[in-house]
Amino acid sequence: MSSTNEVITSGSYIKHHLQNLTYGQFPDGYWGFAHTSEQAKEMGFLAVHLDTLGVSFVLGILFLSFFYRIGKKMTYDAPSGTQNFIESVVSYINENVRGSFNGQNPMVAPLALTTFIWIVLMNTMDLVPVDWLPYIAQKIGVWFGADLHHVFFKVVPTTDPNATLGMAIGIFILIIYYSIKEKGIGGFAVELTFHPFGKMMLPFNLFLEGVNLIAKPVSLALRLFGNMYAGEMIFILIALLPFWIQWSLSLPWAIFHILIVLLQAFIFMTLVIVYMDMAHQKEH
Amino acid sequence: MNINLTMFGQLIMFAMFTWFCMKFIWPPIIMAMEERQKRIEDGLLAAERGRFEKAEAQIKAKKIINQSKSLATEIIANATRQASNMIEDAKYIALKEVGKVKEQAQAQLEQDTICVRNKLKNQVSDLVIQGVNAVLDKEVDVKLHQQMLGKLSESLL
Repeated sequence: MSSTNEVITSGSYIKHHLQNLTYGQFPDGYWGFAHTSEQAKEMGFLAVHLDTLGVSFVLGILFLSFFYRIGKKMTYDAPSGTQNFIESVVSYINENVRGSFNGQNPMVAPLALTTFIWIVLMNTMDLVPVDWLPYIAQKIGVWFGADLHHVFFKVVPTTDPNATLGMAIGIFILIIYYSIKEKGIGGFAVELTFHPFGKMMLPFNLFLEGVNLIAKPVSLALRLFGNMYAGEMIFILIALLPFWIQWSLSLPWAIFHILIVLLQAFIFMTLVIVYMDMAHQKEH
Repeated sequence: MNINLTMFGQLIMFAMFTWFCMKFIWPPIIMAMEERQKRIEDGLLAAERGRFEKAEAQIKAKKIINQSKSLATEIIANATRQASNMIEDAKYIALKEVGKVKEQAQAQLEQDTICVRNKLKNQVSDLVIQGVNAVLDKEVDVKLHQQMLGKLSESLL
């Protein structure tokens, strides 16, 4: 983090670490990389976080290719170590789905698997020491001719609300799609308007159920984001300490964070299964 | 921390990954696992059936052994009975034979006795005649005394 003519303060260090690598449209119409947080903010909606998308894409491909390779050479008898691992994960998720999901839909279990593994991998990026990947990214950025201090790289996709919201919106679309598909538009409308207080309180019911419906993706997204953001924040704060004392805090926090990484992925997956189940239930 | 198009990028990625997982990853893995589960279940069932069949076979074998045992004792009893019958028969026949032989011997004995007695009678009478002849010599009317002695010898029988 050394620089030639700028002194790095704690504030700017933190700020730098919390800024995504943003590519978008400047207010004057040009497309390009944001060099500062202010520029990124000015870009508004028409921008993408290349670090979030890149890291989650790489992790997703990693997950898919790994599982695909093992899935292709599954053996019936005496599975090897990797296959055992894959099978235990799959059977664990399958059991969860069977326990919570009562409908008939071959999509839910793979959805749960993808959700779980992908989020675990994205969260796990939190355990990579906070400066490593941004440092490499800076080197690459400088090699491409960018200014050292304008290369941002936020490693953990789930600390970007865009990532968690994106997934939550996907789940929201599925909830609405399957609610209508399973219950019909009328059934879904009845569910939204006639509960919990009967026909006479229709607007109030609609308000309650509407909040209930909207709260599902929002809570899904914000829970994951909040947990991971807070965790990352603490890692950054620990990284501000003198290097010889960092381990005494970062190690316990990292060990504790392993729990959070798995727990948050598990919660997300479980809620996805439960929401899918609710969408498939015909009787309220 | 701005909300922007990244969200949709993530959404599209999520959809693609889920689709891929559903299409190419989940089915082979879960099918292999179910197949193995089925095989294990079949194996356990077969083992159970084998155990049952073994128990049944054991019962059957016991039954057969018991049957053959009783058959054997029956055969032995029959054989013993037959043997004793045969012995009885043989005894009976032997006794009968003994009786016959005895009778024959008796008859023979009687005949021989008669024969010998007759011979003896004749010899005795001859001896008597000779003796008398020798003693009396001339004083004896042979014809008369022959007649007398004949009567005497007859009375001996």
